[in-house]
Amino acid sequence: MADVAVQHTRVAGVRAQSKRSSLKHALHRKSTTAFLMTLPLILLIAILVIYPAFYALHLATLNKAMTKFIGLGNFEFLFKRETFWMVVKQSCIFAITAVIFKALIGFIVAHFAHNIPSKKQRKWRGMLLVPWVIPPAMSTLAWQWLLDPSYSAFNYTLSFFGIGPIPWLGDAIWARFSIILVNVWFGAPFFMIMYLAALKSVPEQLYEAAAIDGANWWQRIWYVTLPMMRNIIAITTLFSLIVTFANFDITRILTAGGPLDRTHVFATWAFRLGIEGGDIPLGASVSLFMAPILAFAAIFILRDISKRGNEA
Amino acid sequence: MSTLAIDKAGPRRKIRYGSVSRDRIWAMRWSYFFLALFAAFSLLPPIYMLITSLKSSAEISAATNPWWVFHPTLSNYVELLTSNQFQRFFWNSAVVSVFVVAITMLISVPAAFALARMKFWGSATLATGVFLTYLIPDSLLFIPLFKVFALVGDWTGVQLINRWYVLLFIYPTLTVPFCTWIMIGYFASIPKELDEAALIDGASWLQTLTRIFIPVALPGLIAATIFAFTVSWAQFLYPMVFTTSIDQLVLPVGIITTLVKGDVFNWGQIMTGALLGAAPPLLIYAFLMDYYIAGLTAGATKG
Amino acid sequence: MAEVSLRKVVKRYDDVEAVRGIDLDIADHEFVVLVGPSGCGKSTTLRMIAGLEDISDGDIIIGGDVVNDVPPKDRDIAMVFQNYALYPHMTVAENMSFGLRLKRYPKAEIKSRVAEAARMLDITDLIDRKPKQLSGGQRQRVAMGRAIVRNPKVFLFDEPLSNLDAKLRVQMRIEIKKVHQKVRTTTVYVTHDQVEAMTLADRVVVMNKGRIEQIGTPNELYHKPATRFVAGFIGSPAMNFIPCHLEEAAGKLNVRLTDRLAFPLPAARVARYQNVARSEKLLLGIRPEHLTEANSHLEPGVEPFDALLDVTEPMGMETLVYFTLEGTQVCGRVNPGAGARDGSALRLAVDLNNMHLLNEGTGVVL
Repeated sequence: MADVAVQHTRVAGVRAQSKRSSLKHALHRKSTTAFLMTLPLILLIAILVIYPAFYALHLATLNKAMTKFIGLGNFEFLFKRETFWMVVKQSCIFAITAVIFKALIGFIVAHFAHNIPSKKQRKWRGMLLVPWVIPPAMSTLAWQWLLDPSYSAFNYTLSFFGIGPIPWLGDAIWARFSIILVNVWFGAPFFMIMYLAALKSVPEQLYEAAAIDGANWWQRIWYVTLPMMRNIIAITTLFSLIVTFANFDITRILTAGGPLDRTHVFATWAFRLGIEGGDIPLGASVSLFMAPILAFAAIFILRDISKRGNEA
Repeated sequence: MSTLAIDKAGPRRKIRYGSVSRDRIWAMRWSYFFLALFAAFSLLPPIYMLITSLKSSAEISAATNPWWVFHPTLSNYVELLTSNQFQRFFWNSAVVSVFVVAITMLISVPAAFALARMKFWGSATLATGVFLTYLIPDSLLFIPLFKVFALVGDWTGVQLINRWYVLLFIYPTLTVPFCTWIMIGYFASIPKELDEAALIDGASWLQTLTRIFIPVALPGLIAATIFAFTVSWAQFLYPMVFTTSIDQLVLPVGIITTLVKGDVFNWGQIMTGALLGAAPPLLIYAFLMDYYIAGLTAGATKG
Repeated sequence: MAEVSLRKVVKRYDDVEAVRGIDLDIADHEFVVLVGPSGCGKSTTLRMIAGLEDISDGDIIIGGDVVNDVPPKDRDIAMVFQNYALYPHMTVAENMSFGLRLKRYPKAEIKSRVAEAARMLDITDLIDRKPKQLSGGQRQRVAMGRAIVRNPKVFLFDEPLSNLDAKLRVQMRIEIKKVHQKVRTTTVYVTHDQVEAMTLADRVVVMNKGRIEQIGTPNELYHKPATRFVAGFIGSPAMNFIPCHLEEAAGKLNVRLTDRLAFPLPAARVARYQNVARSEKLLLGIRPEHLTEANSHLEPGVEPFDALLDVTEPMGMETLVYFTLEGTQVCGRVNPGAGARDGSALRLAVDLNNMHLLNEGTGVVL
């Protein structure tokens, strides 16, 4: 009994001490290490993403020479310009149309790829993802050559069917079509890969149960596949909408916004005004106009995700 | 031995044995057909790039069948590969990409580890924040960044516009968020007992990261590295804004600005340049395709 | 000196108390098993000893030092996890030596310690393999090897056999016991399987809902359970609890089960239960092995009665019989040749020398 009592006092003394210092010490060490590890990330984002985003807001309120504050003057100027509204319309149509087609084609191809035995899938997947791997600038050059007014290989082939040379990049409507085409060519593989991965994660038993319940292939897709893939569809659609909406490379290289500004999107027009035209505040205003549209899309889709988050 | 009572009023169905497998075979045939169609569509431009790159200017302007090379020549390749300018572009791209990959991994990996494993105040909001910043596109940031760098250049006297090394600061904004996201996914999938075992074995947080997590999540690291490299190599907007002199250009911008001269298009060389420009990502893809794809899908399916 | 003591240890998660004040003293070299149903707090307690969970209140003392705020690596403990937690990218040898390598032990010593532990666990020829090339039992051995190599003050086992199939479990139980005999390190072992507890432990700690129900040797717990929970938890098939009450009849003290069934108490018990209120609602606790077929010669204290069997389970070595007494299902064990059949009647005997009387309300054994 005696040594228990002795132990108690020793315990009490040690305890009081260790409770004070090592508790603080332990907490301190873990959070400081964690903080230091994330510091570069935080700094990077704060300085090179968040700050410039707000700085753009500031820039948009200056005049061309950046000497005076003109409030919403740039925006007023833009709202009066017909080109601006064309750019808004064009950007939205491009983004929505392209994303719809990309998602659709991606989904269809993913289904076909899912149907064939896994061993062969790898080869096909490899071939189908190539458009996404090639730097967009490089592949757009190839498309530009394919759609060249004088030497288009497509026109050459079409001429054998008696279809006249199509001004792929010269006519406003065809130019818009071409840009969407290249965009879809470039982006569909991304959707395909994502959807293929998601398809694989749907348990086979659900399909079997549905088949026994009497569903045909279309109903199986509608009632089993799509609901299980809701989250992936939402996330990829969101990403793609934003990336497509803000796209620069394809439009710039194919048409540089022409003909007659009929294919300008926010990014290319902002570049034209801000960098080429030297009017930084005006360019900033144009780019900024993307923000509310993007935010709206983001909120809309993210809300959908969290609503359905616990279904699977 | 009960007999089956046939309901004469019910719908008659012809029972064909083996019809299930027959359906399957037809489904496969259609699948292959459409896959081939899409594959052809996907590979059309790169193949066309290759065909054109083997043509001389004379053959191109002669407007013969564009789908076939009658007099294949490697002159385009030779000219470009020996051109100092082109070599310069390639070198710039390579240097920038490699450095950006290194910078990206150095930032992303510790951050991902801290966010995935070390629960600290604000880690959940920070992780979501990282994801959200990815939604701010470069076409919104390029103008203010241009102005900011110009200003900083004026204040400090260090030339920041029209210099390739500026890209080392800017590219990570594109690569770091997604790479962090990928790594968080991989790190999170490592069973928690592994950390605890390491903790009991006496490892500090840093040791746990370097000796356990990084080796175990190596596929994720490779995928993130590939992604960072590919994105850096393919950049077009930022270099167009920040580099203008010929010797500062990276490959995509270089090809477009030097080869596409006004209205005189030297398409043979342009296609060769484009193909050479697409080569590094394509090669990496060819050899490391599985990591590539795993990295992409990990971000989404684990997210 | 590697005793472990827990003094009034409490663990709170938000508003919920997972561990509500545990007092426990483990002597040096002792093998103590914490056993209980899931959610009883045994794993949490173990993890607090390991330092993987913070202590909300109370103290944990290892080898005389209070270790409340000491990080796991400085507590001189080693742990074997349920899922082995082997580093997948390292070989067996590297897994086992990781802790020592971190502490910069000399290479020669590392090598000899690993070889020694490998020999003890019979995994010497697996030394260069990676975990994914090993079976479940082999992996568990490597996990134990990792713990042995560290030569710590205390071994902590967190349900290590739960992931193994039944046969392997029996084998590994023996391995663990052999290792303990050789190495003699103080061990705290957590399991939900009372068989493991009974076979491995020097002392067993039965836990329920965050509290300790009883501490004792396996024998003590089996023959002298203190509460209904312990009585019903230890032993398989579980002890029967039949509602009853005491009554006086013709000068003798009886325990009455149903209108038609009452047994006289054995002489030794009369004194003990003399003062129990006759109206009190009680439970008769009797283990199935003490409900067997009636022989021609019955010992004192063994009372015969007739039962109508509902179901029988022939187990080969014995046959379990189930019958109902006024709504309560009772289980007994008879010899295979006793003629027990579903739905038939059988003359059974209850050995009241091994009876327990419990207060129905409090669950305390009287």
